[in-house]
Amino acid sequence: MKKMNIQSYIYGITLFFITLSGFAQMPIFKRYYIADIPGLGWLANFYITHLMHYIFAGIFISLVVYSIIYFIIFKKGFGQIAKDMIIRIIIFSGLILTGSLLVIKNFSGTPFPNGMIIMLNLLHLLFCMALMIFGFYQLIKRKKELLSG
Amino acid sequence: MTNKISRRAFLKGSITVAGSVAASATGVSAATALTKEKKEPLATLIDISKCIGCEECVYACQESNADKYPNPEKPYPEMFPKRVPVEDWSQKRDVTDRLTPYNWLYIQHATAKVDGEEIELTIPRRCMHCDNPPCVKLCPWGSAKQEDNGLSRIDSDLCLGGSKCKTVCPWDIPQRQTGTGLYLKLLPALAGNGVMYKCDRCYNLLEKGEVPACIESCPEDVQTIGPRSEILAKAHALAKEMNGYIYGEHENGGTNTIYVSPVPFDELNNNIEKRDGQAHFEKVENKMASGNNIAKAMLIAPLAGIAAAAGKFYKAAKEDE
Ligand code: SF4
Ligand code: SF4
Ligand code: SF4
Repeated sequence: MKKMNIQSYIYGITLFFITLSGFAQMPIFKRYYIADIPGLGWLANFYITHLMHYIFAGIFISLVVYSIIYFIIFKKGFGQIAKDMIIRIIIFSGLILTGSLLVIKNFSGTPFPNGMIIMLNLLHLLFCMALMIFGFYQLIKRKKELLSG
Repeated sequence: MTNKISRRAFLKGSITVAGSVAASATGVSAATALTKEKKEPLATLIDISKCIGCEECVYACQESNADKYPNPEKPYPEMFPKRVPVEDWSQKRDVTDRLTPYNWLYIQHATAKVDGEEIELTIPRRCMHCDNPPCVKLCPWGSAKQEDNGLSRIDSDLCLGGSKCKTVCPWDIPQRQTGTGLYLKLLPALAGNGVMYKCDRCYNLLEKGEVPACIESCPEDVQTIGPRSEILAKAHALAKEMNGYIYGEHENGGTNTIYVSPVPFDELNNNIEKRDGQAHFEKVENKMASGNNIAKAMLIAPLAGIAAAAGKFYKAAKEDE
């Protein structure tokens, strides 16, 4: 089994908080009592979760850029991983691109037409769902590989 | 010249060259010119000292916007969990002392002392039409929108009624009606709760080059509408003249509603009723600023990634030696 390195931990934590704060942009955590859990009240504060989402997005982008350069320099094993990697690259690019445009939208002014903003919101959510499903699929695959030795 | 005509003339005159006023009978071109060419937002000036509290504007708003109001059908679908509030104003359409889905403008009352004399002030309150409106920018679906002329409005065909816009609005302006809108067609038990309503600055009238109903109907000319820079200049001149105060110029980073009052706004704020559906006159910091500052700082994120990779490369190269 591959050893979990510090980078994977940071990836994991970042993806967890970025997803949590992303879902918190929808008014659901209060409705479904999650923000009632002691210590989780901040999940219902849209301004706090908005800032959190931005901060973790910054960390996420740094990690992705790091991984890309790392991969280019050290070129580790194509082949089997490559297919998974392509899917990951598509999803990450989609998230970063739609996310960046949504960040631009939040500055004063009306840079994009409303129809485009609706599309960006939906696409950002779709890429997020795709990432979650893909992560789940990879987890099962790894478990299976482990079990079959 | 009647009040009505002078207000129209003002709108036209302020957005196009004076000479075109005669040529443009309806002012359509005037409004278009502003939004398409100059892109300067329209703002309104509200001279509190002129308002007599007659509520003409309130009824004009209701009449002019009546076909935008919801007509929910009962029974409303059960919502889960039980704590989700049913907000039903459909039987209380005549409430005028606060904001509701059926009342987007109300008159606020305050008593204050001016030169040792106690006076009663009446103040029209509605959406401020913020320069960078959190209700629009933070709506997770894009159901709230801002137009190039600075107005913000909620699309009642797209809104799911989660009320986030009200939570993030510094003045808690948008108001919810349960039992209407898109959520009924999705998962009414589990997500959404109706549609949010608020002043849309009569966007449909502005599109036709007409002024909003509340401005048109006011017998005292309390409100004036025009390009923001002109409205601000007028507001400052008026404040100077009456030794008064301004609200809305810097609140929440700037709004397109500028109040001028003979009484300081913190004093007014202490004297008004502030229940749900009633707006305050507190100082409001720029709500979108922290996020946008972080966004600017985020530009270094790719550089941080490059630096980390360079560090790693350097370390590996050294180990190889
Ligand atoms: S119509 Fe004019 S004077 Fe009457 S309440 Fe409205 S703003 Fe005040
Ligand atoms: S006052 Fe509230 S509802 Fe109106 S534009 Fe500003 S944030 Fe939106
Ligand atoms: S601008 Fe139009 S919608 Fe807004 S308060 Fe005035 S009449 Fe009502």
